[in-house]
Amino acid sequence: MNETTEAGWEVVIGLEIHAQLATRSKIFSGSATAYGAAPNSQANLVDLGYPGVLPVLNREAVRMAVKFGLATGSTVAERSVFARKNYFYPDLPKGYQISQYERPIVEDGSLEIMLDDGTKKTIGITRAHLEEDAGKSLHEGLKNASGIDLNRAGTPLLEIVSEPDLRSAKEAIAYLKKVHTLVRYLEICDGNMQEGSFRCDANVSVRRFGAAKFGTRCEIKNVNSFRFVEKAINYEVARQIDVLEGGGTIRQETRLYDSAKDETRSMRSKEEANDYRYFPDPDLLPVVLEPAFIETVRATLPELPDEKAARFIRDYALSAYDAAVLTSSRELASFYESVVAAAGGAASAKLAANWVMGDFSGALNRDGLEIAGARVTAEGLAGLMARIQDNTISGKIAKDVFELMWADRATADAVIEANGLRQITDTSAIEAAIDAVLAANPGQLAEYRSGKDRLFGFFVGQSMKATQGKANPAQLNELLKKKLDNP
Amino acid sequence: MTIHTRSVAELAAGLARKEFSAVELAEHFLARIERSNSALNAYVTVTPERALADARAADEARARGAAGPLTGVPLAHKDIFCTDGVRTACGSKMLENFVAPYDATVVERLHAAGTVMLGKTNMDEFAMGSSNETSHFGPVRNPWDLDRVPGGSSGGSAAVVAARLAPVATGTDTGGSIRQPAALVGISGIKPTYGRVSRYGMIAFASSLDQAGIMAPSAEDCALLLQAMAGFDARDSTSVDRPVPDYVAELGAPLQGVRIGLLKEFFAHGLEGPTATLVQAAIDEYRRLGAEIVEVSCPSLPLSVPTYYVVAPAECSSNLSRFDGVRFGHRCKDPRDLMDLYKRSRGEGFGAEVKRRIMTGTYVLSAGYYDAYYLKAQKCRSLISADFKRAFAEVDLLLGPTSPSPAFAIGAKVDDPITMYLNDIYTIGANLAGLPAMSIPCGFDGALPVGLQLIGPHFGESRLLSAAHAYQGVTDFHRRIPAAYA
Amino acid sequence: MSLTRKDVEGIAHLARLEITDAEMSVYTDSLSKILSFVEQLGAADTGSIEPMAHPLEGESQRLRPDEVTETDQHEKYQSNAPAVASALYVVPKVIE
Repeated sequence: MNETTEAGWEVVIGLEIHAQLATRSKIFSGSATAYGAAPNSQANLVDLGYPGVLPVLNREAVRMAVKFGLATGSTVAERSVFARKNYFYPDLPKGYQISQYERPIVEDGSLEIMLDDGTKKTIGITRAHLEEDAGKSLHEGLKNASGIDLNRAGTPLLEIVSEPDLRSAKEAIAYLKKVHTLVRYLEICDGNMQEGSFRCDANVSVRRFGAAKFGTRCEIKNVNSFRFVEKAINYEVARQIDVLEGGGTIRQETRLYDSAKDETRSMRSKEEANDYRYFPDPDLLPVVLEPAFIETVRATLPELPDEKAARFIRDYALSAYDAAVLTSSRELASFYESVVAAAGGAASAKLAANWVMGDFSGALNRDGLEIAGARVTAEGLAGLMARIQDNTISGKIAKDVFELMWADRATADAVIEANGLRQITDTSAIEAAIDAVLAANPGQLAEYRSGKDRLFGFFVGQSMKATQGKANPAQLNELLKKKLDNP
Repeated sequence: MTIHTRSVAELAAGLARKEFSAVELAEHFLARIERSNSALNAYVTVTPERALADARAADEARARGAAGPLTGVPLAHKDIFCTDGVRTACGSKMLENFVAPYDATVVERLHAAGTVMLGKTNMDEFAMGSSNETSHFGPVRNPWDLDRVPGGSSGGSAAVVAARLAPVATGTDTGGSIRQPAALVGISGIKPTYGRVSRYGMIAFASSLDQAGIMAPSAEDCALLLQAMAGFDARDSTSVDRPVPDYVAELGAPLQGVRIGLLKEFFAHGLEGPTATLVQAAIDEYRRLGAEIVEVSCPSLPLSVPTYYVVAPAECSSNLSRFDGVRFGHRCKDPRDLMDLYKRSRGEGFGAEVKRRIMTGTYVLSAGYYDAYYLKAQKCRSLISADFKRAFAEVDLLLGPTSPSPAFAIGAKVDDPITMYLNDIYTIGANLAGLPAMSIPCGFDGALPVGLQLIGPHFGESRLLSAAHAYQGVTDFHRRIPAAYA
Repeated sequence: MSLTRKDVEGIAHLARLEITDAEMSVYTDSLSKILSFVEQLGAADTGSIEPMAHPLEGESQRLRPDEVTETDQHEKYQSNAPAVASALYVVPKVIE
């Protein structure tokens, strides 16, 4: 579906991303934040909202928020304020969430996304604020009851709120991926959507093209993968257009995405209008950041994805697309640069890009491995590339060599030697193979010579097969052409 | 000289010269509690085993030569402070069966100083009240007249000290909850500067106003105990990291040349009769002691009661949301669903005044009313605070009454919240501005004690205590004990 | 400010308090009186005054080092809980 032009409707999307900050301890207590611990084993008195206990702010959470602010060109507030958002819910122990309301720590930044046609678009970041996560309600194994696990309660979150600048599900995904890449570059969030450390709510509305005002929006919650975010938005857009074209009106509400049914539905628990009664939290003082503190954080910023991609294009003559793929994570970019360095520098950059993005990434995906667990090292891959470049093996054979290297954690040379894969460059040996093929296929030879040019490919294949694929392809082509055309 | 009529300083001296042991002292007070508590209803929990264990430890420490100035001194804690392994009910049905799994910082520090915990004292429910009549455990009676209130919310602590069922007790003060009951039972009480004493483990009523303090016979006793309680606590973000002066050593500071301000607004209207006369006599006493008396004005002070009754309920409505019947506290029987669990658990667990304040606070924070009520009150709070700041540019201390009248009859004001709230008219200002303040006895209206209030600038506890100490050097009101408990 | 019974029912719902019919009229009356009483603040001239959220000016939030200082004590903490199963706090079914 082409959302933006669907029957004259314009789609308007804003995202609220919740990134769990990768601190060791919680935002207001000394409990661990590790994922998957036994229920309530990481919920201390502060996380449980026990009477009398008080919050104390984690410095690292503040530092991480500042990092994000600096990386998005935002204003980092020298003075920000924590507020209480009051509502009752069993996974919210105190009956209020400590968040930031009127004075967030980060405001007014932006990120640039690349659209399908290669053009760039700037997406505004309204704000990013610190808050605490809630616990979890579990429903399995209990009859008409829920069980509350408060291990996650108090985990630091950075809520990143975009401007309603996104005009399609595709743009939303591009932006979401951009933020996802950035937070991992900054090492402030592990980005694990499965475990919920990177979550997204989408505010979606539609309006007639040219309309001055935004339509009524719905907030879609609980979308935990890039694919589902896209599907949920597309479903919601279609639903809203259906309602409006049917003469109905959109009710502002919170909707839940059900991935099994691929639909959004109204959330019963959020039906009543909320009145959160925000007010400054009297247990916490204003967070005052000295310019010197902000500068020390700035000094720790890594090269950011956009800067790195620009450098790859400039130094390695990569296409914008390749540069974007290779800088999609800090680890991948770093691996790529190690391969280039081991392969002798920029001259091998394009070949390295092809291998890293192709067979190497493919093998990682297939085996479900991270770069740290890869079975071929950067030096190993560079070694393989060297054998291609010095004509020891062909590019085609190299793919087989790579697979064997991956399987045995072996070097390219060892695999080539052990399997006799060295390329045949001896002219007489190649000619002998060609002669045998021509002799064995007189019919095809006659047809070729009577003008059926496209049989050339057949002879290439047969000859290559006769050398077990080891013949130097360029040489083979040349010799074959000569023999076919000059009987 | 009987043991229990002595001040904390005198008891500490007795322990130091081994006139009696900590165990003997604890047993003496436990026996007095046994005899008199049922009539006063001042303790809600008595902890004899804990007291004797603490006392034995104190005696052992002394034998080792490891005793400090408070080692072996018995005390009572207001039941708002969490005590590990001991029920902490906060005057509420909500927490009737709540056993805190940890010690409040105040409890921890006083325990580390060697004090002996006798028990937990009755209080207005969640410290919301000025008469101790909102307690789920029934009203506390004033030792000077059992038909009258002891004030509140630290009414139990006030009564145990006045009747010498403990030589000293902790209290908390959000709008006068230490000073007003201290005045109504004729003892000394200090509310320190906001941030001077950790709030960690003190069940919150209104977080920006709550402050822990001490209720004791004399200012010297307050100094001794405050010394052990005060100081930075990393677990309380609002606790201030600033050295604690030697309050005891500074008690003897002379009053000569000290400028004491009389707040025009305190004396303007409403203050009459014996309370006015006794406060005037105290002023004369201070003049004789060498202080310079001047009149000052805080024109915004009349806003303090309405400001307080927006700010405090707003904070309390949020602070008390954690009592939802899920992790601790009262839970209704057989909840139909989640909403029923919340509403009935809270409806049953909280008393009428607490519910009234939660609803007031909910309203003033709600959409459409926040600016007109809450934000306006926060601005008025700024005005009041600025007024005090200006006043303290001119004077060292402010002086006035603590309470508009002496102890009133139990039941006299329960039906009219506004009249009840106006009891705090002289005390609330110090909480809004975060200032340290004391109440000390300054005479009797018939058989009932009357309190004198002193207010200092931020972190001015030393001057406050020494001024109170000087007055107590030339008066004996603080030494008087109701006949039935002498 | 004079509150209606309906207003008070709304506030009680927001605060999750069950109020009996008999109590309702008492609260309607006393809350109205309290609001009228505090409305005298409206007359105060607070034009350019900054609201005050903390009694001590100039203090700022202290930051804690990112260290895990807690150990698992859920059994102790859950001894106060009205209903627990498999270390989870049990509540009537949560409907999302």
